[in-house]
Amino acid sequence: MSTDVVEKSQVDIGAYRYGFHDPTDKYSFTSRKGLDADIVTQISRLKGEPEWMLEFRLHALEIFFQKPMPYWGGDMSDLDFQDIYYYVKAADHQGKTWDDVPEDIRRTYDRLGIPEAEKKYLSGVKAQYESEVVYGSLQEDLAKQGVLFTDTDSALRDHPEIFREYFGTVIPSADNKFAALNSAVWSGGSFIYVPPGVKVEFPLQAYFRINTMNMGQFERTLIIVDEGASVHYVEGCTAPTYSSDSLHSAVVEILVKRGGRCRYTTIQNWSNNVYNLVTKRAMAYGDSLMEWVDGNLGSKLTMKYPAIYLMEPGARGETLSIAFAGKGQHQDAGAKMVHCAPHTSSRIISKSISKDGGRSSYRGLVKVNKGAEDCRSNVVCDALILDPESQSDTYPYIEIDENNVSIEHEASVSKIAEEQLLYLMSRGLTEPEASAMIVTGFIEPLVKELPMEYAVEMNRLIELQMEGSVG
Amino acid sequence: MTAVAFSMFFQFEGKTGTMNSVLKIENLHVRVGETPILNGVTLNIRQGEIHALMGPNGSGKSTLAYTLIGHPKYEITEGTIEIDGVGLNEMDPCERARLGLFLAFQYPVTIPGVKVADFLRHAVSNVRNPERKEGENLISMREFRTELRQIMGQLNMDEEFARRYLNEGFSGGEKKRMEILQMAMLKPRFAILDETDSGLDSDAVRVVSEGLSKLAGPEMAVLIITHHERLLEYNIPQHTHVMLAGKIVETGDASLAHELHANGYAEVRKRHPEEAAREQQTENAASAS
Repeated sequence: MSTDVVEKSQVDIGAYRYGFHDPTDKYSFTSRKGLDADIVTQISRLKGEPEWMLEFRLHALEIFFQKPMPYWGGDMSDLDFQDIYYYVKAADHQGKTWDDVPEDIRRTYDRLGIPEAEKKYLSGVKAQYESEVVYGSLQEDLAKQGVLFTDTDSALRDHPEIFREYFGTVIPSADNKFAALNSAVWSGGSFIYVPPGVKVEFPLQAYFRINTMNMGQFERTLIIVDEGASVHYVEGCTAPTYSSDSLHSAVVEILVKRGGRCRYTTIQNWSNNVYNLVTKRAMAYGDSLMEWVDGNLGSKLTMKYPAIYLMEPGARGETLSIAFAGKGQHQDAGAKMVHCAPHTSSRIISKSISKDGGRSSYRGLVKVNKGAEDCRSNVVCDALILDPESQSDTYPYIEIDENNVSIEHEASVSKIAEEQLLYLMSRGLTEPEASAMIVTGFIEPLVKELPMEYAVEMNRLIELQMEGSVG
Repeated sequence: MTAVAFSMFFQFEGKTGTMNSVLKIENLHVRVGETPILNGVTLNIRQGEIHALMGPNGSGKSTLAYTLIGHPKYEITEGTIEIDGVGLNEMDPCERARLGLFLAFQYPVTIPGVKVADFLRHAVSNVRNPERKEGENLISMREFRTELRQIMGQLNMDEEFARRYLNEGFSGGEKKRMEILQMAMLKPRFAILDETDSGLDSDAVRVVSEGLSKLAGPEMAVLIITHHERLLEYNIPQHTHVMLAGKIVETGDASLAHELHANGYAEVRKRHPEEAAREQQTENAASAS
């Protein structure tokens, strides 16, 4: 199986493959550039939202304007909030079949391989293009069991009680500047509810695509896994390569109730002109398991630290994170684990690769609250630096307010050793093949956690990143 | 098993070169940084021959091995390496491997996370099809699997080896067997074994020796670098060379290997006072620094 991975990963040569873009002249609506209360009101009115949501948005907008830019993390000096389109609607309705989706847009998803993947191994798909979800599907038997998988706008309209009960409870608007921004202008995203005891066998996938230059995409995802239920949600992201920047600032809120299980896998492959500033947080209740699998390959700057709050005894949290920083890229990524209850455990495994002057930073927090005794946490972060121009930093934060806990932190930084290259080359591999093989091996412990199809995709993307600058 | 049975198992495919290719090393001078290590090595090896290279520690045996496969740390200041008239001096290790050179490393390198089978399939694809470009198809999975399974069986290796990460957590003996497995899969015209028998218990030496004797044949020449005699018991060399202070000072047949093993290098040093003196100088310089 894994040998196939190597073979498939060798197929394409070139740098970023998803840099193409579609014409935008047939779009149904594009807001004017810039951000103010009028724009926010316009978005809410266009969507036909209830009054409480408009108020929620306007309140968040105030918070956004009040909060200063973060002084830590990456360089955002080029980011001009008034030079962005906050709402772009490409199609006037959502398709239930791919035939309902406008042809230009459908072709894009064909090129990304989404309909193909859907047929083979997915339980449901959402495709978001610019600000709105343009396609949605869910297997019929899951719908019959009460599983909800819809875009977040439809959820607000069609399932108002459950929506209002949870929306904004995991990540309040005031959490940080970008959470406030998202709360003000959010559009699209996935809403998932899995009823008690229902196990969704195959992954649900969402695919996010930005097409317009200077576009801001602000999807809002809310996942509720009820008691004893389980789901695996996967998201992929790409955008065209433009000379000016786009902004992606999502908020993802997850609740995993007693005995539930949720895995959230991201393979982020934005083009190198996208600021990717995302807030992701899950609350895990008694004996539940929450896992983030976070692959960050693209973007200009990513700042993302998926968090898990372990709320009740027996809750477990795990984050596996892979970052690849190439030329002109800064991946500031990591994880947060907050132990709010006794007998909880967490694990963070982070692997980063820096190449061609790229910079990857691991930024992580392990926090144990007073009273959360008998907690265990294990953090391992390994960095691989491929050339002298590239950089890697580690910022581990540990805050412990309880004595009886076990916290382990290991970190390593390595370079590809000359002896490793020589060894592989002496067996007939070219230098780029040898480097790529060493990198593939470096991330293998994480990639093997992915379902087969995503493992192939991940290896292929890494391979492309490697080839993009070799030779 | 008899030699006939083995030759049935090891059906060598024709290499690009002609039968009886020659690896020609001519007046080779090599240095590492500013330090000269090889001081004019001349050696001809024909396909099908078994050569033993012996000599005290620091005499330059491993340097010769690394230089032959193109280790960038070893700089050739004079002399040539050729296979059938094609110069190797400027080739990188990958090109040399594709020409049919192989080194069984004294200290095989660990490549974490890379499965033996994935690595070997890639290596075999390149070496058997020297024209293969990056990204082109690998040899068929089915063909590769069948062959790998067969050869692992012959080397008494558990199939589980193929799924392990390359040399990661391998014992000394397992690493050496992995080298022999790679050699068997890559079928080089010229194989160099650098102290493949060192650090092994006698059972492991037997396994490696038997594996090697199955592989050595008319299509493959072997240069065995060793301190010990054990590997040579199974693989009798037609030629034995003695290296001292970066030069081959004596060449004989298998009996020379026995003599060196029995008596050490004192007699050799007496017979070659000039090299012995240089050896002493180098040692003094090393201990002074």
